[in-house]
Amino acid sequence: MDRPLLKITDLKKYFPVKGGLFGRPVGWVRAVDGVSFEIFRGEAFGLVGESGSGKTTLGQTVLRMHGRTSGQVMFDGLDIHSLPPKEFHKTHTRMQYIFQDPYSSLNPRIRIGDAIAEPLLAHRLATRADVREQVESILAQCGMAARFMDRYPHEFSGGQRQRIVIARAIALNPEFIVADEPVSSLDVSIQAQIINLFSDLQEERKLTYLFISHDLGIVEHLCSRIAIMYLGSVVELATRSELFLNPIHPYTKALLSAVPIPDPERKRSRIVLNGDVPSPENPPSGCRFHTRCPFAKDICREKVPEFRKVEDHHQVACHLF
Amino acid sequence: MEEPIITVRNLQTFFHLEGRVSKAVDNVSFSVPKGKVICIVGESGCGKSVTALSLLRLVDFPGRIAGGEILFHNRDILKMNTKEIHNLRGDKISMIFQEPMTSLNPVFTIGRQISETLLEHTLCDRKEAWEEGVELIKKVGLPRAEKIMDSYPHELSGGMLQRVMIAIALSCQPELLIADEPTTALDVTIQAQVLDLLRQLRDQSDMSILFITHDLGVVAEIADYVIVMYAGRIIEEAPVTELFRHPRHPYTRGLLKSRPVIGQRRDRLYSIKGQVPDLSELPQGCYFADRCESCMEPCRKEYPESVSDAGGHKTACLLYKEGVANGSTTAEDY
Repeated sequence: MDRPLLKITDLKKYFPVKGGLFGRPVGWVRAVDGVSFEIFRGEAFGLVGESGSGKTTLGQTVLRMHGRTSGQVMFDGLDIHSLPPKEFHKTHTRMQYIFQDPYSSLNPRIRIGDAIAEPLLAHRLATRADVREQVESILAQCGMAARFMDRYPHEFSGGQRQRIVIARAIALNPEFIVADEPVSSLDVSIQAQIINLFSDLQEERKLTYLFISHDLGIVEHLCSRIAIMYLGSVVELATRSELFLNPIHPYTKALLSAVPIPDPERKRSRIVLNGDVPSPENPPSGCRFHTRCPFAKDICREKVPEFRKVEDHHQVACHLF
Repeated sequence: MEEPIITVRNLQTFFHLEGRVSKAVDNVSFSVPKGKVICIVGESGCGKSVTALSLLRLVDFPGRIAGGEILFHNRDILKMNTKEIHNLRGDKISMIFQEPMTSLNPVFTIGRQISETLLEHTLCDRKEAWEEGVELIKKVGLPRAEKIMDSYPHELSGGMLQRVMIAIALSCQPELLIADEPTTALDVTIQAQVLDLLRQLRDQSDMSILFITHDLGVVAEIADYVIVMYAGRIIEEAPVTELFRHPRHPYTRGLLKSRPVIGQRRDRLYSIKGQVPDLSELPQGCYFADRCESCMEPCRKEYPESVSDAGGHKTACLLYKEGVANGSTTAEDY
C-alpha cells in the first residue's frame, strides 16, 4: 500500500444543459466538481453517495467513458485522459467496469460463452483454439458451470447474470475494476453470494476495486477506505474504522443514522435531514450541504470548505471541524 | 386482541402461463388488527406483492384468485360486485406503490390528482376538494403546499412524489393502507423521512398499515408484527421483537445473517446457496429444502405445517414440529 495505483486530481465533469433554438448550452450540470483522491494497489475503495451525487459519473470518467472537463486521472503513471487512442485501447486489459444492471449489460443475442470470449480474442489473449478452455476456467472462478457457455442471457437469473458480467470483466485479467452498484438490483440472499465472490476474486487476483454504492452496510463489509460524496464533491474520506466509529461531516453522520438496522429493540438518535438534494445545475453557494445541514452557520453559506486532513487517514470538508 | 380490520384466509392466487400454473400465493392466511403495522417480508418472487394486490382484487390476467376469502369487516372482498369493490378502493383501503414516478399521471397537476380521489368518494365540490388537498400536502410535511398543488409530477423529486402518493392515499382517511415497497426507490435519508411520516400517521389516526418490503432493516424500524414469505407461502410469523430475537426458520435466519450490518462486520458474509425455486415446478416437500442447511429426510416428502408456540410465533418447519421445547435447541446460534 505504498504507491497509488490510481491518482485523481481535481477532476471535474460538467454536462451542458442545452436550451434555446440552437441547442446552445444554457447552463452546466456539475456532476463531478473537483474531486481528488488516491487508490492504492490491492485495496477496495468505496465511493458512497445518494442518487445525483455524481458517483457514477466519477466512476465512468475515471475510465474515460466520458471526456473530463478538467483535472487529471493518473493510472499507474499513465495520464488516462491524454493517452492517444491506441495506447488507451491497451489500458482496457488493465481496467474494467461493471454496471449496475445485469439485465441490460449483456447482449440478449450473444451466447454467454461468446460474450466472455470476445474481449479475449479482441486483445489477442486467446486463440480460437484455446478460447473455450479459458472461458471455462473463468466461469468456474465465478461459480458458474461450463455447461452454461452455450446458453443465452435470458436463461439466467439476476444473480447468475451478475456472475457472468463479472466473469467478462475479469477475463482480461485486469488490475483495476470499477464496480457501479453491482449488487443493488439483486435479492438479499443473492447479494451476499456476489459480495463474497468480489472478496474471493480480490484475494486470488490481487484486484483493486473502486466500489460505488449507496449501501453503507455493503461498503463497510467490502472496502478498506471509503469516500462520501455529496453533490459532486467528496465531503469525507477515511479508513473504514475511522469513518464508521468517528464520522465528522454532518452529512456522513446523517447518512449513517438513516440506515435501518435490523434490530427493533435498538433505539437510536437519528439525524433526520430536511428536504432533498439540491440540483447540481444550480448548487448552493459555499458548502453545498448547508441547505440541509442542521448545524449550518454563516460561514457555511459563503465559503466553500477546504478538504483537509484531520488525522492521518481522515480527510473532511467542513467548516465546523 | 381487537377485532381485526381485515382477515385473509387460505388465499390462493395463481398465474396461468403457457399451460403451466405458477402458484404465486398459496394458502396464505393472516389478519391485520386496528392501528398496527404488519410487514410482509420476502425476496422477489415470494408472492408478497401479489398478496397485496389480491387484497384489492387488482391482480391482472393471467393471474387469478383461485381460492380463499378476504374478510373486510366480515364482508368477503372476493364476493363483492364491481361497484362495491370500486367504493372500497381508495376510500376504506388505499395503496401506495414502489415507484412514485410511474404511479402519478404526468399530464395532470398534483392538485387535480389529489382532488380526484376526494371528488370520487366524498360529497364535496371542487373548491373544497382543492382546499382539502392543500391540507393533506401540509400533513405529509411538504413545504409550499399551494405551489405543489399546481406543479406536475416531473417537477418534484422522488421523495416528494412518494409523499404526494401518501397524501392521496390518506385523502379519504382509510382504515387500511397497503404500502408496497414504498421506500425501495428512495435514498436512505429520504427513506428515513418517509418511515417517520408513516409512523407518525399511524399514531395520529389509528390507521393500520400492511407494509410490504424486502429489507429487514426497514421491518425492524416500522413493524409491529412480521410475516416472512418464501415461494408463495408464509414460512414464519411473529411479533417483531420476537422474530428478530429468536428467528426460527432457516430461511429467516439466513436472511438475517446474509445482510451486512454496520458495526458488526464479519470477514465473510453468510450466504444462502442456490436460488428461489421456479413457482410452476415447486418440489414436493418443503420449498426451501434445496437451499437449507438443516434439511432432513422428511423435509423432502411433505410440506411442513405451520406450528405455533404459546407466544404466537408460527413457523412452518419440521425442526419445530415436535413441539417448541426441543425446537429452541436448534435456534441457538443467531
